[in-house]
Amino acid sequence: MMNDMAQDATAEGGRRIGEVILDLQHISLSFGGVNALTDISFDVREHEIRSIIGPNGAGKSSMLNVMNGVYHPQKGNILFRGEPRQKMDPHTAAAQGIARTFQNIALFKGMTVLDNIMTGRNLKMKCNLLEHALFWGKAQREEIEHRKKVEDVIDFLEIQSIRKTPVGRLPYGLQKRVELGRALAAEPTLLLLDEPMAGMNVEEKQDMCRFILDVNDQFGTTIVLIEHDMGVVMDISDRVVVLDYGKKIGDGPPDEVKNNADVIAAYLGTSH
Amino acid sequence: MLYREAGQFKASYKEDQQIFPIRQDRVGMAVILAIFFLAVPMFASEYWLQAILIPVLIFSLAAIGLNILTGYAGQLSLGSAAFMAVGAFGAYNFMLRIDGMPFIVALILGGLCSALVGVAFGLPSLRIKGFYLAVATLAAQFFIVWALVKFPWFSNHSSSGVISAQEVNILGFAFDTPVLKYLLTLAVVVVLALLAKNLVRSTTGRRWMAVRDMDVAAEVIGIRPMRAKLSAFAVSSFYCGVAGALYAYTYLGTVEPEGFNLDLSFKILFMIIIGGVGSILGSFLGAAFIVLLPIFLNVFMHSVFAGSLPAGLGSNLELIVFGGLIIFFLIVEPHGLARLWTLAKDKLRLWPFPH
Ligand SMILES: Nc1ncnc2c1ncn2[C@@H]1O[C@H](COP(=O)(O)OP(=O)(O)OP(=O)(O)O)[C@@H](O)[C@H]1O
Ligand SMILES: [Mg+2]
Repeated sequence: MMNDMAQDATAEGGRRIGEVILDLQHISLSFGGVNALTDISFDVREHEIRSIIGPNGAGKSSMLNVMNGVYHPQKGNILFRGEPRQKMDPHTAAAQGIARTFQNIALFKGMTVLDNIMTGRNLKMKCNLLEHALFWGKAQREEIEHRKKVEDVIDFLEIQSIRKTPVGRLPYGLQKRVELGRALAAEPTLLLLDEPMAGMNVEEKQDMCRFILDVNDQFGTTIVLIEHDMGVVMDISDRVVVLDYGKKIGDGPPDEVKNNADVIAAYLGTSH
Repeated sequence: MLYREAGQFKASYKEDQQIFPIRQDRVGMAVILAIFFLAVPMFASEYWLQAILIPVLIFSLAAIGLNILTGYAGQLSLGSAAFMAVGAFGAYNFMLRIDGMPFIVALILGGLCSALVGVAFGLPSLRIKGFYLAVATLAAQFFIVWALVKFPWFSNHSSSGVISAQEVNILGFAFDTPVLKYLLTLAVVVVLALLAKNLVRSTTGRRWMAVRDMDVAAEVIGIRPMRAKLSAFAVSSFYCGVAGALYAYTYLGTVEPEGFNLDLSFKILFMIIIGGVGSILGSFLGAAFIVLLPIFLNVFMHSVFAGSLPAGLGSNLELIVFGGLIIFFLIVEPHGLARLWTLAKDKLRLWPFPH
């Protein structure tokens, strides 16, 4: 149904929603006896903000893990930019321009904010170990060049004052922001965000929303967002997928999803 | 002079990325280097050079090696001494079997042998972690020492595997006095410490630390945990190997495989625990501490008991103090002396105005 959505639909702000960039077809994933995902199909279009919602344990995080190769579905096809891929590891996904954040913060605790975000550029840094050991000429130039990009990210996220702080010492909300920074440093084309606003207060949520919208708007980054806050989801998403018990029960623009009887039922917990 | 960074603005990322961004630290480092390269050779006694300074330097190098693996890449190892042995016996055989082999080249080749062996024994780290990996490195420790004794070729068929280091000769210049041996050791250690510092603050170091802190997240941003771990094993073993070769050539003169036993591996592990896990400076502090502690205790005991020292008390006391310190650092200050040093500097930065 949604594939009929006008190819050239323009969202507010002049963003052009483009071609399908990621196409998930009949994905099924199980762990032992548990079916985490059952026959799920949907697509993600270039430049859009695509949200995945659903009650706890619905399979949202598993879906994200399938997208960037952390989990391998037992059934189904994934097409990224039209190319089918069966098995891919997270490394390949990263090399293809997919970056993500985690539901439980997965920062490198012993490293500073700056170093954490620098690791986000690791795939773009080409010097080898010997050049690093000498840290002269090429290696130093490379470090400085990437440091500039990282400083842009730091400015963008307004975290200049904490750049030399070990991330373990930061409050939760800021850690989430740094994790977004590490993902952004990779200059991804597809950004997967797993509950980036969970546990935040209203103000922090507003900041995070603004960053997500700005990333989408300024860099044209395609975003897949998992979020429990319905207000936020309905506000910023172009299209929403609803999962429940590993099955897709709704898919469409926010307004349509909001009025979908199955979705309402799932959220009220009346039927499955 | 006050220890301040006020007024020292970093105008470029290049300046901000220096090893010592604060001017007082740079001056301090220059002074320390001048003392160790110029003053020490002039004034230190033979005893100080041979029994304290040379071993401290060599152990610092080995501790840097272990710190790269354990402190930075997060892979626990109990085989440091065995990797030292590979370096020592490797360098010995290159010197022995290749005519006109320059010592420095033999030193590097010895280190490279150790790096290769390190990578081989690092392979289990791709599958197992923590305690189980420590046990696997323990196997390396026993296997390597056993192999060096078992195959007489390694020690050129000498009895019980003892080797006598050849005379060290660089560009026709013999390093045969304690002062010269000290200077040679110092030069090698300073250069390698600088390279290690560069590594840990570069992308290589960040990859190691990323794998240490959270390997799943590291993989998702495109770091290959396998490469990071094996490169850490290689570099770490290289450092231990060079330390082992120096141990034979500038410190002891004659060594045997059994000398590189588990005790020595533990000693190096204690150095990084006390000095600071994940710190190059800490490697030096830890090595100095562990070499000096027994000497201080000895002097202390002699002055307390004035010659009537009960037999065995000294060495037992040493063990007790070691044990106590290890427990203290593991529980109270896991980042060791190096962390205490930075805390002191932070205090000094604010002094005399707290807050
Ligand atoms: N690695 C795993 N091993 C076993 N079961 C798993 C694994 N990952 C997810 N599951 C199971 O798959 C199902 C979906 O989990 P998932 O984490 O994807 O849900 P979610 O929608 O993200 O939930 P939440 O809102 O709580 O984050 C759950 O039943 C979960 O227990
Ligand atoms: Mg989840």
